Amino acid sequence: MSSAHANEHEHAHHFRDAEHQFQTNKQGMWLFLLQEVLFFAPLFVGYIIFKFIYFDSFHYASKQLDWVLGSVNTVILIVSSFTVARAISSAQRGNQTGVIENLVFTLICGLGFMAVKAIEYSHKIHDGLLPGPLFTNTAMLEVAPEAPLFFTFYFCMTGLHALHVVGGLVVFVWLIKRAKRGEFGPGYYTPLELTGLYWHFVDLVWIFLFPLLYLVG
Amino acid sequence: MEHTSPEGTNYINYPKGLMSWIVTLDHKRIGMMYFFTVLFFFLIGGLFALGIRLELFEPGGQFMTADTYNRFFTYHGTIMVFLVIIPMIPAAMGNFILPLQLGAKDVAFPRLNLASYYIFLFGAIVAFATLFFGGVDTGWTFYTPYSTNTSSAAGMMLTAAFILGFSSIFTGLNFVATIHKLRAPGQTWMRLPLFCWALYATSIIQLLATPVLALTLMLVAIEKVSGVGIFDPALGGDPVLFQHFFWFYSHPAVYIMVLPALGVINEVVPVFARRPIFAYKAMAAALFGIALVAFIVWGHHMFTSGQTVLTNFVFSLITMFVAVPTGIKVFSWLATMYKGNIQFYAPMLYFFAFMFVFVIGGLTGVVLATLGADIHFHDTYYVVAHFHYVMVGGTLMAFMAAIHYWFPKFFGRMYSEAWAKISWLFIFIGFNLTFFPQFFLGFQGMPRRYYNYLPDYTFLNQLSTIGSFLVGLGFFIAAFYLGHALFRGKKAPDNPWRALTLEWQTSSPPPLENFRYEPVVTHGPYDYGPERG
Repeated sequence: MSSAHANEHEHAHHFRDAEHQFQTNKQGMWLFLLQEVLFFAPLFVGYIIFKFIYFDSFHYASKQLDWVLGSVNTVILIVSSFTVARAISSAQRGNQTGVIENLVFTLICGLGFMAVKAIEYSHKIHDGLLPGPLFTNTAMLEVAPEAPLFFTFYFCMTGLHALHVVGGLVVFVWLIKRAKRGEFGPGYYTPLELTGLYWHFVDLVWIFLFPLLYLVG
Repeated sequence: MEHTSPEGTNYINYPKGLMSWIVTLDHKRIGMMYFFTVLFFFLIGGLFALGIRLELFEPGGQFMTADTYNRFFTYHGTIMVFLVIIPMIPAAMGNFILPLQLGAKDVAFPRLNLASYYIFLFGAIVAFATLFFGGVDTGWTFYTPYSTNTSSAAGMMLTAAFILGFSSIFTGLNFVATIHKLRAPGQTWMRLPLFCWALYATSIIQLLATPVLALTLMLVAIEKVSGVGIFDPALGGDPVLFQHFFWFYSHPAVYIMVLPALGVINEVVPVFARRPIFAYKAMAAALFGIALVAFIVWGHHMFTSGQTVLTNFVFSLITMFVAVPTGIKVFSWLATMYKGNIQFYAPMLYFFAFMFVFVIGGLTGVVLATLGADIHFHDTYYVVAHFHYVMVGGTLMAFMAAIHYWFPKFFGRMYSEAWAKISWLFIFIGFNLTFFPQFFLGFQGMPRRYYNYLPDYTFLNQLSTIGSFLVGLGFFIAAFYLGHALFRGKKAPDNPWRALTLEWQTSSPPPLENFRYEPVVTHGPYDYGPERG
């Protein structure tokens, strides 16, 4: 399915031509993202419901999150979404070094996001804010008895999102290798396009997570 | 990748070798791998069912403890739902037939298709492995907080269902893209066989509902392992939230089971009545009507779970709407047969069986949707009888119709029509004998999932048990003559039923890339009339 090289119009036997294959693959990715939305949905719904039930605890616990670090990560992800789009347009214009540069920059952004995430997580662990029975911050329990549930959702939601980021980073490493072999060009850039769609989605999930967890008291 | 296969070969014998099957990307082979795997699971799930019925032959313990009984109905339910009925028609039949009916060489993503199969197999292995870790006793619904507190291997079964869910999602994704992008020249939307429409509607549900279940089961597993309180009220969680999430998937899942069955029936009726399908557009729209309503009726499983009266009322009302598109389908099939030249081959007999039991199943569904009645019937055998009439009566009868209808295409052989009729009789009579008495049992208040019952219920339970063994015998006969036909059956012509859909326009069994020449569609799928009849 995917051993085609730049400008060669190879395609699998059940497609009419390379364009047909490209369009089908793209639709497949959109459908995949559609199910991803529903995959995240129970966490969002659960969080909102519990926020109503235990409003005071969730309000208090929410204020413990570092909105500055969250904002930094938001900016990092938006920039990386921009550079992945530039990687695609570089491929469309046949600019090989542009593809590689933009992919590497996107990869660095992703790593930066994970580094900030690691700092945040280690602060939470240090403060004893792990979910459920691992929650050891007794001082907070007195003020906000349902805070452990908040941090359960915090870790589940940001954790699932972080898993998606890591998945994307693995793909970017693979794409950089292929780009270095000169496989992408105006005639063939399907993996770039699909990964780009995926990356925008990961970005978008964060755009909803950030205000919900960090900002809306 | 091969672009042509030698003249005279078919997908079964070309390419050769075990390896060529294990790593095959051919949708027909993957479909057949699903088919035989599902049949094997069906046997196991069926044996668990017979175990349940044997135990209930008389009140009190017969040959198993109450704990063993709990495991029996859990495995029966879990296996039949996740490993049999959900993949039975879409993944097994659909994989084989869909690209053929579209005039395509394969599904859109052949590798993903193979991956779906192996994910399915892996999930099944995890599910069966629970047997060696104490078994599971939660029922197939995994209600919290029991599922998070039980010492049985529920966590492992949740993982299995999670894995199986992704197999289902990928199959749905693949089918939607296939239907959109791989139709042959001339295969317009309005010339699409209704089986394809049914698979489309099913795929949408698989794609949109299954991820919700997957994540919910993951949360239950997290809760079970780490003790956080999302669903367990003792830890500050909300058990009703679990039920909402669970039924948000599991009610649409009922339509994952039944929509492909309706699709099969749509194919069978016009062919054997030699008549165009009545109201094609309404039939296609009805499939999507059912799929749409499927997403907004989940609350009717929770009338007794402490929803507000208003919520119950709204869910009850919307549930009744399911009867509208379903009614369109039932009456259209009747109208299709009107003045037709009906041929009583096995697929058509299974259609009659389907019609009989599906209408009973559907009407008792309306009874259960009625709030006042449901408060009484909730968790009784009335519910058990109802969903078996829909899922077994509907889906299984349609599956049997599909096996007989497409058997010549799958294997290039004909089955024995006489034996098919004998086995049909056992299955049809046995099925009704098994489940009809359960309506009365439920009406009289016998609760489901109980290992013991009052002596007053003995007679009806014994009828039910006898019926279940008749069904078992019927399937045993079917396995025998179909197995015989597989190797010794008469060679089948390419189009034994004189059908017009594309799968019959290629050889039986089809060659590697389905068609020797690219098919061009020039007429509708059911243009039977005096001149074509």
